[in-house]
Amino acid sequence: MTTVLLLLITGVGLGALYFLVASGLSLIYGLMGVLNFAHGSFLTLAGFLGWEVGRRVGDGSWAGLLVGMLVGLVVGALVAAITELVFIRALYERHIEQVLVTVGLGLASVALFEGIWGTDPIQIRLPEWLGQTTDVLGANIPNDRWLLIGSAALVLVLIVLFLQRTSYGLVIRAGVENRTMVTALGIDVRRAFTVVFAIGGAAAGLGGVLASVYYGQVGAHQGTSLLIYAFIVTVIGGLGSLSGAAIASVLVAVIQQFANFYLGGTGDLAVVLALAAVLLVRPTGLMGKVTH
Amino acid sequence: MTAILTVRGLDARIGGQQVVEDVSLDVAEHGVTALLGRNGVGKSSTIKALLGLTERTGVVTFAGERIDGLLTHRIVQRGIAYVPEDREVFGGLTVEENLRLAERAGAPNRAIIAELFPELLERAKQQAGTLSGGQQQMVSLSRALMNENRLLLVDEPTKGLAPRIVGTVTTALEAAAERTPMLLVEQNLQVVRALAHTVVVLSGGRVVHTGPATAFLDSDLVHRHLGVSTDQEAA
Ligand SMILES: Nc1ncnc2c1ncn2[C@@H]1O[C@H](COP(=O)(O)OP(=O)(O)OP(=O)(O)O)[C@@H](O)[C@H]1O
Ligand SMILES: [Mg+2]
Repeated sequence: MTTVLLLLITGVGLGALYFLVASGLSLIYGLMGVLNFAHGSFLTLAGFLGWEVGRRVGDGSWAGLLVGMLVGLVVGALVAAITELVFIRALYERHIEQVLVTVGLGLASVALFEGIWGTDPIQIRLPEWLGQTTDVLGANIPNDRWLLIGSAALVLVLIVLFLQRTSYGLVIRAGVENRTMVTALGIDVRRAFTVVFAIGGAAAGLGGVLASVYYGQVGAHQGTSLLIYAFIVTVIGGLGSLSGAAIASVLVAVIQQFANFYLGGTGDLAVVLALAAVLLVRPTGLMGKVTH
Repeated sequence: MTAILTVRGLDARIGGQQVVEDVSLDVAEHGVTALLGRNGVGKSSTIKALLGLTERTGVVTFAGERIDGLLTHRIVQRGIAYVPEDREVFGGLTVEENLRLAERAGAPNRAIIAELFPELLERAKQQAGTLSGGQQQMVSLSRALMNENRLLLVDEPTKGLAPRIVGTVTTALEAAAERTPMLLVEQNLQVVRALAHTVVVLSGGRVVHTGPATAFLDSDLVHRHLGVSTDQEAA
């Protein structure tokens, strides 16, 4: 029972990380029809810069970590917005070229990060409490999981509020449904593209700093490896669906944890099988729209 | 009569296939110009090409300004409202959200909705996707008519609607046409007769006839170009 609880909460914590990456991917795809392969780079860069700034503020301190998280958010948002404005916008409505550009950015940026920070991950110092555990009904839950879960829940709530309550949110929701008709109402949908990139980048940037908390290190490949799971989550949840991404993030991470523990480290295989199962039974994903 | 919109040599392609070929037409600055033709001749594609919703070449001049190189939202912002063939309301948004999204700069006239389609007001919070086809058309028309427009592009507004709603829609369009010129695609020839002063007839992506509406509707050209007889229309 305690093992089940531990796996469950750890799974939800990892799911929180997946969600921070997948939420932006899903929104960007839903609105623009572009799979953003550069999304992992936003995460990695934010992770490095968050760590660089945070440790100067106070290595291993809460202040350092919180500043780092803030830096991650801002870096993610800025880099993503610039990517959209400089590379994606120039290729308006040319989806294949857009995707290829993001692939190129993803590959090139990893090489750049390796050049600056080296090929090996760097161990980082964190506030002591995060390395300790909390007893939940007999299960010793690593405390960093609470930070991950709380942050992702907050991001989810903020994105939902943004989508429901703001005029940009309205344009984005409408655009996910029918981008062409949004332009035919006289709305410059490209501005919403930039906004969606910025929001997705901010979430991924925060995810970058939190990933370094989860793994205890920063590294040039952190974004790339998380991106793969985030893509799977996005497809399982239904491309373009935020709630789908949230549900699928938790589902995928929990399945992964349980399979790793009970089925001899077959977590990745289980995730791929889950993906195949969803694609067979519901090709549009759990919450995906039938038409897009 | 002078024209608010002139189209010269318009070609449009969808997925590499040519669907509109060398179309030239004028939309008069007053009243309704009807764009007619059998199914699949390229009526909707012509309208989409004017709006930049398909790849297109040719010269399109609106109120003296070339608009054939502009992006869709810029064309619309010049005061051209579009009511698409299949209504295309945002099904996941409420009626109110659909309307709010469509409000353009200037002074949107919400009162006109109460006047034309009072039943929409009670349904402000309803998801547009759960509305009946007729109600969705009312939303689609409201999105266009509440703005200050200089031209309306309306594609088959009565398609698939019950006779009572056809009447409501026709009345609304008639009122709109008194203030704003309109290019109207419409299969229901009684509606065309009631609204249009000029017809432009397409066949195979090309213009095959242009002239006064009544004369066309009373002639055997109706049979030749649209495949229906004038008797059928009266029925
Ligand atoms: N998305 C598309 N992909 C491929 N071909 C298309 C597409 N849309 C339209 N076409 C083709 O372009 C031609 C013109 O279509 P269009 O919809 O403009 O005709 P229409 O005159 O509006 O017909 P209807 O009276 O049925 O509405 C048709 O042959 C149609 O098959
Ligand atoms: Mg049509």
